[in-house]
Amino acid sequence: MFLGKVIGNVWATRKYEALHTFKLMFVQPINGENENIGEPIVAVDTVGAGPGEIIYYITASEAVIPLPVDMAPVDASIVGIVDTINLKS
Amino acid sequence: MFLGKVIGTVWSTKKDENLVGAKFLIVRQVDLNLKDKDNFVIAVDSVGAGEGEIVLVATGSSSRQTEFTKNKPVDAVIMAIVDKLDVPLKKYLQKQENLA
Repeated sequence: MFLGKVIGNVWATRKYEALHTFKLMFVQPINGENENIGEPIVAVDTVGAGPGEIIYYITASEAVIPLPVDMAPVDASIVGIVDTINLKS
Repeated sequence: MFLGKVIGTVWSTKKDENLVGAKFLIVRQVDLNLKDKDNFVIAVDSVGAGEGEIVLVATGSSSRQTEFTKNKPVDAVIMAIVDKLDVPLKKYLQKQENLA
């Protein structure tokens, strides 16, 4: 799982049938110090996250597991919203 | 998933027999401002995308999770056609880039 920040959402009317009810969010991967790392990705939202929130997400075929469907072409999904991060520097 | 722009189609007659009937599109990765990036990928279409459209591409083993691509040698699939991007925190991104 990786940390990320939700930076926006994607509007897509036409998508794979099984995905009609899901929100697609832009996620910027970040590190523990809230610094951006790498390029933004698109992830399916399963927890109701909104822009500005720090979240964690899973990638690869495991991303389908939290969705209430058997099969869906999803390679990233948001599985939790972060309240606090405790880092010993 | 990443954002991409469909820039063409691929025709092939000789291929793995599991892939007969698949529609292959060439997708060029784009950034949040829809500017072209250098990565290209050949993806199987599952939504009926056409040339010039902005799409989302799922890669890796997840791309085998459609009715058509199940258990087939596929590692990229187009799973949505993008209507609009709404990125309120785009400015925040640029700010961090400028600081770095």
